[in-house]
Amino acid sequence: MMTNPTGRLTQGQFSFLPDLTDAEIALQIEYGLKKGYAWSIEYTDDPHPRNTYWEMFGNPMFDLNDAAGVMLELKSCRGTFPNHYIRLVAFDSTRGVETIVMSFIVNRPPTESGFGLVRQEVNGRSMRYTIRGYEADRAEGERYKK
Amino acid sequence: MYNIPGSVSAPSPTSVGEGRGEGRSAGEGSVTSPASAGEVARSAGEGSGVKAARTVAEVMAQSQAGSVLDELDRELVGLAPVKARIRDIAALLVIDRLRMNQGLQAQTPSLHMSFTGNPGTGKTTVALRMAQILHRLGYIRKGHLIAVTRDDLVGQYVGHTAPKTREVLKKAMGGVLFIDEAYYLYRPDNERDYGQEAIEILMQVMENNRDDLVVILAGYGDRMETFFQSNPGMRSRIAHHLEFPDFAETELLRISEMMLTQQNYRFGPGARDVFEQYIHQRIRQPQFANARSVRNALDRARLRQASRLFASPDKELTVEDLTTIEPADIRASRVFGSPSPQSPSPQPSPTGVGEGAEPSPPPSPAEAGEGVYKE
Repeated sequence: MMTNPTGRLTQGQFSFLPDLTDAEIALQIEYGLKKGYAWSIEYTDDPHPRNTYWEMFGNPMFDLNDAAGVMLELKSCRGTFPNHYIRLVAFDSTRGVETIVMSFIVNRPPTESGFGLVRQEVNGRSMRYTIRGYEADRAEGERYKK
Repeated sequence: MYNIPGSVSAPSPTSVGEGRGEGRSAGEGSVTSPASAGEVARSAGEGSGVKAARTVAEVMAQSQAGSVLDELDRELVGLAPVKARIRDIAALLVIDRLRMNQGLQAQTPSLHMSFTGNPGTGKTTVALRMAQILHRLGYIRKGHLIAVTRDDLVGQYVGHTAPKTREVLKKAMGGVLFIDEAYYLYRPDNERDYGQEAIEILMQVMENNRDDLVVILAGYGDRMETFFQSNPGMRSRIAHHLEFPDFAETELLRISEMMLTQQNYRFGPGARDVFEQYIHQRIRQPQFANARSVRNALDRARLRQASRLFASPDKELTVEDLTTIEPADIRASRVFGSPSPQSPSPQPSPTGVGEGAEPSPPPSPAEAGEGVYKE
């Protein structure tokens, strides 16, 4: 398995570690809240590395005081999209920063097929390469289903 | 104001419960000396049992709940049944902590409450203290209070209510959600009212996230009663129904003195007696709102005191002058209007600093009974 050595999607923080438990996720959220970040939840079934913008699950959560609120929303997202990738994203609204400062995956489909390398011959013997998710052939919402 | 307690000391979590314990102990640590903070952190870590508290006094010392309770006693006048119930709750939480230290299972009690009572009996004030107490005792993690009314929970069109309610609930997580005038949530006259939806979400979260937040419903007694009658599920989910009694006249007088002290005022000679008379008469008039009426009366007395001092521009004013409320400042009130012969209906100063905003000059008795005493 050259293209998918770990058998896992490795995007964002902690992605080379074993999946975080809920308690560990809550601690990370707590850390972010202490820093004043606004958490939001995003999901997708097209985890191509160039797919920067995943779908938002609800609005970003401003003015929270406790991780339980985010966990509540995460739970309902997992219920709705059990076979999707779900990530938590922390937004720092500090003037001059105003960007995502934390992002990590909190839900994965049961099997992660990864990406295939697509070769294209152009202009004689030149090659162009791209990657394409194995699941990308199926329609949105149908991917990663058993 | 409601800082999230200090940094997590030793991030080795295995359960949410322990993370919670750490947050709590770190919070205490910031209050006590650094040395004891470490000790608290160790004893709070469940299972370790090295230095776990074994006596009520130890728990009280660690949590500093005692000081909050004393403060409650000192700063809140009257309200004996409420204070008793709060002490009971505090005792239960302390004993639960001891049980946990001994390895006994302690199921988190349901602490949702309803505060019923007439206007101005201190429901909001007590709710704020409640958040503090529960936080010190480690029942809630953050100790903040989110006060909302119907407008914050109920949306205006289909599908608007649920996200709105959930957002408020999420903000309240880890603290206390205080729903003022909760009976407005339910409008029996309009069966398509979205309030019912908010109530259902509320009840669901109250049940499922009992560890995460405490919901306090507040409102006037009779209307809360009808609210609970039409929502029996809500009543059964609330373990503590606290009735806030009206204040007695002596209690109101004590409250007024405390209010003045807080604002660096005091009663001048004789003023206390006049205010006592004022309370005695005001209490019998319509729309009396207990402590709130007292506060408003004092505010108006301050206005009159200010304009009295203002009237003599060349006088050098001492601290004494600036802080003293004279009997005349109170007697100018319209409550004394018709009956009191001592000051023949004092013209409420040409500047218009009179009783209320009403411009109506010497009011007829009927009028005086109606609008003027709204505050």
